[in-house]
Amino acid sequence: MAKIGVFTCWCGENIARHVDCDAVSNAVAKLPGVHCSLNYKYMCSEPGQNMIAEKIKELGLTGVVVASCSPHMHLKTFRKTAENAGLNPYLVEMANIREHCSWVHTDREIATAKAIELIGMAVEKVRRNHALEPIKVPVTKRALVIGAGVAGIQAALDVAAGGVEVVVVEKEPSVGGKMAGLSETFPTLDCSQCILTPRMVEVGQHPNIKLMTYCEVEKVDGYVGNFKVTIRKKARYVDITKCTGCGACWNACPMKGKIDNAFDFNLGFGHDKKLGKRSAIYVPFPQAVPARPTVDAENCLRLKSMKNGKELCGICQKQCAANAINFHDQDELIEIEVGAIVVATGYQLYSIGKEQENPNIQGYAEYGYGKYKDVVDSLQFERIISASGPTGGEPLRPSDGRVPEKIVFIQCVGSRDNAKGITYCSKICCMYTAKHTMLYKHKVHDGEAHVFYMDIRSGGKKYDEFVRRAIEQDGAIYHRGRVSKIEEQMVDGVKKLMVYGADTLSGKPVVVEADMVVLACAMTPTTGAPQLAQKLSVGYDEYGFLSESHPKLRPVETNAAGVFVCGACQGPKDIPETVAQASAAAGKVLIMLSQPNLTREPEIASVDERLCASCGACVKACPFQAITKEEIRDRNGNLVKTTSRVNPGLCMGCGTCVAVCPSKSVDLIGFTDDQIYAQVESLAD
Amino acid sequence: MNPETKTTGGFEPKIVAFVCNWCTYLGADLAGTNRLEYPANVRIIRLPCTGRVDFNLIVKAFEVGADAILVSGCHPGDCHYAAGNFHARRRWGLFRELLDTIGVDSRRVHFSWISAAEGAKFQKLVTEIVEKTRELGPYEDYKAIVAEK
Repeated sequence: MAKIGVFTCWCGENIARHVDCDAVSNAVAKLPGVHCSLNYKYMCSEPGQNMIAEKIKELGLTGVVVASCSPHMHLKTFRKTAENAGLNPYLVEMANIREHCSWVHTDREIATAKAIELIGMAVEKVRRNHALEPIKVPVTKRALVIGAGVAGIQAALDVAAGGVEVVVVEKEPSVGGKMAGLSETFPTLDCSQCILTPRMVEVGQHPNIKLMTYCEVEKVDGYVGNFKVTIRKKARYVDITKCTGCGACWNACPMKGKIDNAFDFNLGFGHDKKLGKRSAIYVPFPQAVPARPTVDAENCLRLKSMKNGKELCGICQKQCAANAINFHDQDELIEIEVGAIVVATGYQLYSIGKEQENPNIQGYAEYGYGKYKDVVDSLQFERIISASGPTGGEPLRPSDGRVPEKIVFIQCVGSRDNAKGITYCSKICCMYTAKHTMLYKHKVHDGEAHVFYMDIRSGGKKYDEFVRRAIEQDGAIYHRGRVSKIEEQMVDGVKKLMVYGADTLSGKPVVVEADMVVLACAMTPTTGAPQLAQKLSVGYDEYGFLSESHPKLRPVETNAAGVFVCGACQGPKDIPETVAQASAAAGKVLIMLSQPNLTREPEIASVDERLCASCGACVKACPFQAITKEEIRDRNGNLVKTTSRVNPGLCMGCGTCVAVCPSKSVDLIGFTDDQIYAQVESLAD
Repeated sequence: MNPETKTTGGFEPKIVAFVCNWCTYLGADLAGTNRLEYPANVRIIRLPCTGRVDFNLIVKAFEVGADAILVSGCHPGDCHYAAGNFHARRRWGLFRELLDTIGVDSRRVHFSWISAAEGAKFQKLVTEIVEKTRELGPYEDYKAIVAEK
């Protein structure tokens, strides 16, 4: 026999003004199963909660309905109250008579009548609630960090410092990411490598960190606390445990100085063809971690010849005293078990050229990127002015190696441009463009730095001061307006780029005869981010940025339990923000892995295996791959039947499977058919 | 005009809304927080996701005398469960045809996306549905369909 207590809250005047709480209490007291019905000024206050607790104990209530605010506000509060009073917390339901009633209806009679109906629905539901126990899931105390740029490095170091083992997977041959290639960082002009390389070394040497470079995540199985991740260790053709990093191989390689280096964003210089080029066996940059080479199979003469059954070249192998080079190396699949995953796959620049991966995005053919050698993107410019870049920090333009006398910087190339398909602001371009103008002016004192901008967005500590410094002290010339076209012309025997723009403040067209143009392109997620997100069941937006659980209150969690995000894979952001977010993600990982078991909400799907016909509709519908087909066998091993089964560690409780099940053998605990149909039926005339 | 003009003795439609916990339910909460008034005819049933909406529930709602029904969830791409709302949308496409076939008035079945930030959209939608259903009148025909079958 149900003994339900209904507790109606006045919420001060918030509910009581438009809802007659006494009338409500009296009316619902007559509902079947309701054993006591009381109201009070503030149910969530201590005396209010004590009232509920006392009634639970005194009357031995079997269910409680609190009619007050939204369950998003106080369901947890009242469930805790019930638990403390000895009632299973899942036997508490709420009727939302504030947000959905007293706050939106001012007619007292109508609002009161509606409140009674809302409570009636909750009473019908709670009569059918079952006592539930939170699910306990064991935890593997190991974390996986995907991506080893500054975000991944920070997250890995923090988790490792917390005493938890970390596996770091990086697809490139070295850790460091984009930050390792930057010149100097705003707003302090710290040398990027000087601040990052110590951390890179630490990641390489930390006893709790297992570094897996030149590897990619192939497959993710399992669930929170118990992920099984398959990692593809790409063939490197160098045994990095034997290699000493002496450099004999890459110096002997006949391809030396002939191959574009992705780390330098494939820069090339007209006056010295070897500048910025690497060999086929290479270390992407001198400070790489691990400082061990990789053979580029596409360009290695030996590996290419092996495809035709020959064995040409092989000079590096002959030079290697450590006998570390193995031309028969193959990709390897390695399975690891981890409890939590941090995604830190970072960003790339939107490619300005005509060809685009995303059909909704268009390029900027009018800026001549790819056609004119002296039109470069901002990351290429970072390498040109970096002391560790191909030119050793000499600001030389790619076409002929001349020092540019005039550089035009164009901001918002792609960003905030509806017509081209990207609507968001890339956030960091205003700052790094100001930095670029400064670094250029510090090297070429009589040079001119022109900037075309839409707005200057320099929010941040010491950020606006930095932009003012670029304009006022270093004399960067800012034009508020867009550039419509760039054309290459010969002027007095020298290649010049004619930049046609407008200054909307003076209302006049501006033409700059520049030696070089730098495009501040939009930040987009790394290629492959959506595919990785799919493997992890993490949401992503139309651009491929991964979705956090809540933009304000759960910024590093995702909707896939146990998977966290940090850095630019979640949205454009600068280094300080990335580092802060990475530490936050690490903190969340440590919290999760600090307990022997994970506690999960028991409101998940469950299959009645007696009824299940194993059609597999639920298996296909489940967005979390939480349902699998299982075989039931008798003691002799004979197949009795196959059935669907829900993995309680993976199920997130959406209930999609319930709606698709033709035999009604799946139900969602906490939102069962029984409960919901009863709610609907309570509305009968 | 106050959208909740008291009607004395006039037809007051009964609207049953099946909404997801993460977007539309919170959108309705926001309408409350912002004190956006709308007609009191709607009864919200909170589900984790629109993917949970078995369309038999809609039939059930008509059976108990609903004059119109609303199913509302997260915008495409915003689903808390990644894809539940896509399932609901796909099923909805099929179900609408089925309803038509058996003679249920599809003007009485509404489907929408309302995010947690769209309190005003919730207010507007509910007001519109109530007004439209008032025009359509009580759903007496449903009883006739059931009797016929």
